[in-house]
Amino acid sequence: MKTKLRPVIGLEVHIEQNTKTKMFCGCPAIHYAVPANTHTCPVCLGLPGALPKANKLAVENILKLGLALGCKINLYSKFDRKHYFYPDLPKGYQITQYEAPFCSAGRWEAPDSPSVNITRIHLEEDTGKLIHKTVGGQKLSLVDFNRSGVPLIELVTGPDFETSEQVTAFLKEIRKIVRHLGISTADMDKGSMRLEANVSVSTTKKLPDYKVELKNINSFKFLAKAVDSEIARQTKLIHEGKRIAQETRGFDEAAGGTLSQRTKEEAKDYRYFPEPDLPPIRLSQEYVTGLKTNLPKSPSETIHELASWGVSWQAATIIVKDRARLNYLYDVRSIDNSVDLKSIANLIVNKNVDKKYKDPNDLLASIVKSAGNLSLEAKQMTKFINEVLIENPKAAEDFRLGKTNVVGFLLGKFMQKSAGRGDPKEVSKRFFDRLK
Amino acid sequence: MAKLTKSDVLHVAKLSKLDLTSPEVEKFQSQLSEVLNYMDELNTLDTDRVLPTSQSTGLENVFRGDDHTNDCLARDIATTNASRSDSSYFVTKGVLKK
Repeated sequence: MKTKLRPVIGLEVHIEQNTKTKMFCGCPAIHYAVPANTHTCPVCLGLPGALPKANKLAVENILKLGLALGCKINLYSKFDRKHYFYPDLPKGYQITQYEAPFCSAGRWEAPDSPSVNITRIHLEEDTGKLIHKTVGGQKLSLVDFNRSGVPLIELVTGPDFETSEQVTAFLKEIRKIVRHLGISTADMDKGSMRLEANVSVSTTKKLPDYKVELKNINSFKFLAKAVDSEIARQTKLIHEGKRIAQETRGFDEAAGGTLSQRTKEEAKDYRYFPEPDLPPIRLSQEYVTGLKTNLPKSPSETIHELASWGVSWQAATIIVKDRARLNYLYDVRSIDNSVDLKSIANLIVNKNVDKKYKDPNDLLASIVKSAGNLSLEAKQMTKFINEVLIENPKAAEDFRLGKTNVVGFLLGKFMQKSAGRGDPKEVSKRFFDRLK
Repeated sequence: MAKLTKSDVLHVAKLSKLDLTSPEVEKFQSQLSEVLNYMDELNTLDTDRVLPTSQSTGLENVFRGDDHTNDCLARDIATTNASRSDSSYFVTKGVLKK
């Protein structure tokens, strides 16, 4: 009997911000290629009595990301302490957000991928960096606290992916958005974007009761490989009728697969509690709306916007990739917002009309001409015809005297009123009918 | 009666990275249980009309601008209280097992 197996993948993405200073102190946030332990102070070294103070820009940045991904912005937010002992964490806890993250319940949509729920996006401080070394037969860990306290964004998705291709497509989009917003360099090789995937394989429609966490992966390629090999490993275990342990695994390129790593504390073991040294944050709706208004639109938002104007999803996806074409379409709409943008978008994609008519006005004129734009309502047409006849009594007189070509003159007057709309043939016929 | 079991104590010790001898486990089992018993005593208070809080100052929205960096500690000052350090790093026992 064959069971239908379905991989279930969720992501955790860490994005290090490119602010000038750290999250809770004024030390420089830059730590790449900086001499070890030269960017520290009592706050980021966790010295007794030191008090943190939140970096406003870092808060603003995470709100921008949340808005770009359609998240709900929590107007009341706070920081919490997450406790664990590890040498990269000088205080014995990490300041992060637990109950009240800045952003939650977002959604990312793409045409050829299932939509992805953004569970939450929260702000925390990065940890120090460990270097493992053996000196004189003794295993040592060296700690560099330059990275300690650098503003770090954690983005958590729902278990909404089924393939490594979907995962990679989503992550590339996130990287694009983050760079577009200018809040992080998102360089994977420098550790400013770090990826984790929770992978399980379901034998039913429901979510499995376990997940394997893939950690410490520093490229899209390795993540895809790790996810694929983990799905294969779990599928094999399921076929063998074995249970899969909940654990953390890393990707080992040499072994071409994932290997078990240190077991993790459970959430309750982190003994989260509200950070007493940082007052809560209350945002006004006006402030958030202001941020949203000034947000550079993300590619997916732009696609949604174009779709809402009737442009097909397919055409929108193509046009969004090309800034010049996108601006062209915006120009067309700003000249005439009643125009059929769906057809125009298709003409841009299929016939390169944006190249043929450099000026969007020329494109519109040619469309009006060729289609004889019939969009003028009959009632309006009658109104304009009446007006033209009343304003030009001499023309009517001329017509009766046999000068039928005066209809051309009346048509011109008509077009001035209708701003070029109305099928010229029909309008002429109506003038004839009225005058004869 | 002890509220905490031996395995509770061992679990907390593990989270604190402490190795306890079995007399110590017994000692902390009763001491930590006493702390919890005191919490039970506090729990008898009627707090129905008291809002939970983690703050006592009433402050909100205390921020720092990101416009300029502060001076950092000199490296030898930063590492001066470390039990072990070399010229650049804080040094600890290796955390990787393999």
